[in-house]
Amino acid sequence: MIQSDRQVTPPRTVFHAHGLTKVYDMGEIQVHALRGVDLDLYSGELVVLLGPSGSGKSTLLNILGGLDSATAGTVLYHGHELTRASEKELTEFRRDHVGFVFQFYNLIPSLTARENVAAVTEIVSGAMRPEEALELVGMGARLDHFPAQLSGGEQQRVAIARAIAKRPAVLLCDEPTGALDSETGIVVLEALETANRELGTTTAVITHNAAIAQMADRVIRLANGQIGAVESNQHKLAPAELSW
Amino acid sequence: MRALNRKLLRDLWHMRGMAAAIGLVLVGGVSTFVMSLAAYDSLALTLSRYYSEQHFAEVFAQLKRAPESLADRIATLPGVDRVETRVIAPVTVDVAGFDDPVTGRLVSLPEFEKPALNVPYLKSGRLPAPRSEDEIAVSEEFALAHGFVPGDRLDVTIKGHREVLRIVGIALSPEYMYAIPPGAFFPDHKRFGIFWMGRRSLATAFEMDGAFNDVSLTLQAGASDAEVITRLDRLLERYGGLGAFARADQFSHRFMTEELRQLETMATVFPIIFLSVAAFLLNVVIGRLVATERDQIATLKAFGYSTGDIAVHYVKLVLAITAMGLAAGIVVGAFFARGLAAVYRDFYSFPYLEFRLEPGIVASAVSVTLAAALAGTLWAVRRAAALSPAEGMRPEPPPVYRATLLERLGLRGRFSEPTRMIFRHIERRPYKALLTVIGMSLACSILMITNFQEDAIEYMVEYQYGLSQREDMTVLFTEPTPRRARYSLSRLDGVEQTEVYRLVPARLSFGHRSHRMAVRGVEDGRSLQHILDADLREVPIPEAGLVLTGYLATDMLGVAPGDSVTVEVLEGSRPVFQVPVAAVTSEYLGVHAYMKRDALNELMREGPAISAAYLAVAEGRENEIYRELKDTPRVAGTVIRETAISQFREMMDETILYFAFVTALLGGFIAFGVVYNSARVALSERARELASLRVLGFTKGEIAYILLGEMGLLTLAAIPLGFVFGIGLSAFLAHAFRSDLYRVPLIIHPSTYALSAGIILLSFALTAFAIWRNLSRLDLIEVLKTRE
Ligand SMILES: Nc1ncnc2c1ncn2[C@@H]1O[C@H](COP(=O)(O)OP(=O)(O)O)[C@@H](O)[C@H]1O
Ligand SMILES: [Mg+2]
Repeated sequence: MIQSDRQVTPPRTVFHAHGLTKVYDMGEIQVHALRGVDLDLYSGELVVLLGPSGSGKSTLLNILGGLDSATAGTVLYHGHELTRASEKELTEFRRDHVGFVFQFYNLIPSLTARENVAAVTEIVSGAMRPEEALELVGMGARLDHFPAQLSGGEQQRVAIARAIAKRPAVLLCDEPTGALDSETGIVVLEALETANRELGTTTAVITHNAAIAQMADRVIRLANGQIGAVESNQHKLAPAELSW
Repeated sequence: MRALNRKLLRDLWHMRGMAAAIGLVLVGGVSTFVMSLAAYDSLALTLSRYYSEQHFAEVFAQLKRAPESLADRIATLPGVDRVETRVIAPVTVDVAGFDDPVTGRLVSLPEFEKPALNVPYLKSGRLPAPRSEDEIAVSEEFALAHGFVPGDRLDVTIKGHREVLRIVGIALSPEYMYAIPPGAFFPDHKRFGIFWMGRRSLATAFEMDGAFNDVSLTLQAGASDAEVITRLDRLLERYGGLGAFARADQFSHRFMTEELRQLETMATVFPIIFLSVAAFLLNVVIGRLVATERDQIATLKAFGYSTGDIAVHYVKLVLAITAMGLAAGIVVGAFFARGLAAVYRDFYSFPYLEFRLEPGIVASAVSVTLAAALAGTLWAVRRAAALSPAEGMRPEPPPVYRATLLERLGLRGRFSEPTRMIFRHIERRPYKALLTVIGMSLACSILMITNFQEDAIEYMVEYQYGLSQREDMTVLFTEPTPRRARYSLSRLDGVEQTEVYRLVPARLSFGHRSHRMAVRGVEDGRSLQHILDADLREVPIPEAGLVLTGYLATDMLGVAPGDSVTVEVLEGSRPVFQVPVAAVTSEYLGVHAYMKRDALNELMREGPAISAAYLAVAEGRENEIYRELKDTPRVAGTVIRETAISQFREMMDETILYFAFVTALLGGFIAFGVVYNSARVALSERARELASLRVLGFTKGEIAYILLGEMGLLTLAAIPLGFVFGIGLSAFLAHAFRSDLYRVPLIIHPSTYALSAGIILLSFALTAFAIWRNLSRLDLIEVLKTRE
């Protein structure tokens, strides 16, 4: 359905969201996670979505990644309306275009680092070799380790390798350093930055950690299910220069 | 999807304990299915080959005496194909060094040509030469029981004359696969044999020159046996015909068919139980696996695995577990089938066994098992596949607990916290708890029916020989004998009591239903033979009227007390009369019709005649009395009760024990499979909770109490329910196995209950031990570190 497009001709809009609303119906109470979000993500940029816990960041990211559906509003991906796509089309969209990185890594515990990556590369065409992807995140020496044998930061780097191995057009990261100390967090952010720079992958990083915003091209602030402010970052810092 | 397949293998290894426990239950289901059906199929195949190779006849008739020329007339009856006449006569045998009475049946072989029907199957030696005077072939079972080989001599008494016969061959016949002596209920190879002998010498001894007293025939294709039987009966009437009957009513064949039918029933009942338990276990285990892997499923979906891919993955896992159970079950089943078929072969004098494992049986085992496994996991797999990725990514919401019914009833203060946790946990998932209880109950019921069969048989022995038949010996006369013969019997040294009766071969009919049997005329004041109803009360025999075995009345003839049945006598002047049914009895062996001896004599228009007598004798005098009776011309045979009982036990033990052993073993598999899997799943569900409690300072014993207390409670609940299922299942089997040959009473001893409950408790103990070891390895830090 959707043609892959990795040429860098900014500012091309990758995602265009309009009036996104998400209401969780909990029976007696209704939780408004998103209240009319308008948002554009551009090709090749690294965006940080900043907001306190419960502000709707994960909900937004899940809808953009085709993991969840919106209650109202539209999301266009390269002009294709995701909010109207079928289950099958969403699956294909995720398979061919999106890489996810989660706060808790979500590796398959019974597969080694290499196999975790292979699980994703073998269902798409044109992917890197798993070894190559792991090399890129500095995990080339730990190919045959099981998740339980890796530290949190190492697991997260394997997860990033898994996400970038298929050369996705977009990389969606939900609190990738949320479970890590700052030192390890920086190593993980470096891996993300490398992928963004070397592969030109449009990257969205969710965090409640304001320090991380300094490495972004743009920072989008979210509060209470609404976009608060969008800032372009004039002085982009390298991950190594961050601290928290 | 190679990586996923690797995940599958590692998941499988990780859950190997549970997979193996499920596998065992599947092995139980598949092996009982394959065992029963393959044994059935092989025996049926062997039987049909044996029947056709030995030209087993299709219609049989016995008569008093008819000229040989009648054979030609029989052959011209419409529908008749081949006819063979024989002389068949009783014989008394002396086996050196064996004091018990030994009787036998002499069966003639044609004088000029080879036998055309019921051809003996020669195991060794040869058949007697057609015109030899003293050559015989003896039945294999009898030869084996006494170690006879061709060349040995056999001392016999034929019509009061002692003779020495030469054994030239050892043979078998489809006609006598289940051979029982007259007056007995069970085969007794040491005391009863079949002897084939040349027609001429046999006929001479019994004054049957140029005559016959037995005819068997085969039918032309498409001929109706009922019509042939009617015509044959009419023809034989003048010659003392005792009523022709079809192969379906031939005693040996009847018994075989009944046994095979029981195997078929077993092939249904057992697999249904095993497979439904296996389906339930797969449901629980795969359901739990899906719950623990929900974030993995969500991740895979986030990376583009489709719903179908996920479903296939879990189906593969189910298939892998099922395939192992299937393969092992088929192998084990085939092994047991061969064993079971061999038990039957030996018990029923099969000449050989043609064992085969029909591909059709394997195919249906495979499809039935797969269907059960997939049905069991359908729900869990669907849930896994349908899980939305955003949903799966979030930790499972904490389970909703509430105060249990017991607590709400105000009993809160009575329970400690851990006990309350047990109750709340059970109440939160009542259906799952119920299914667990049902699974264990089914195991308990399987264990019960195994022992029930032994209990029931024990009761049948007790009833038949302890309550109903109290005689020490039975003496059968060759023909109706004046009642005064009783006095010569009672004058014998050592005889303490005698009781005489008249047996009249007859066909009883009511409406279109009939049964060929013997009407027994008994006298009042019996103390050796009691005719009892279901409450073990003596049923009085009315002045005029019949008392029938309940099964004969209700199930076979469809008569109730008050109705009149037609009694068509098959001997003497063959009178036909109507007799009202006065009462019914409850008897477990055979079916019987009783009336007063003098009333029967009167209907027969004869004086006070008797056919047999029961004797009570002083202890240890049986053989002496037997020796005295042996040479009495009119005595056809003597049965000693003691030997009949031990014979009965031996016979039942062999066949039933094999099945009992197999099913008890497999019943144990179910019990262990259910308890172990339920406990493992509970451990996995509650590892965090239990580890947290450990961190808070609970001892290992206390957390084991929380986990195992729940299982223990369910186990205790399962036992009484299992008893109920066991009784129901036993009643079903007892009903399914009913026939005119015997009815199994529904008797279950307390020891059977105790044993079944004991095995269930043992499975619990084994599980508790395994779980205790798991709890020791519960890694507090690791458990608390995992997300959720
Ligand atoms: N499946 C759900 N059911 C009900 N409420 C939810 C669900 N997912 C998220 N929420 C609620 O929606 C709001 C936004 O959640 P989320 O997007 O996870 O926030 P963030 O990622 O910014 O912490 C929160 O109040 C959360 O409790
Ligand atoms: Mg979040």
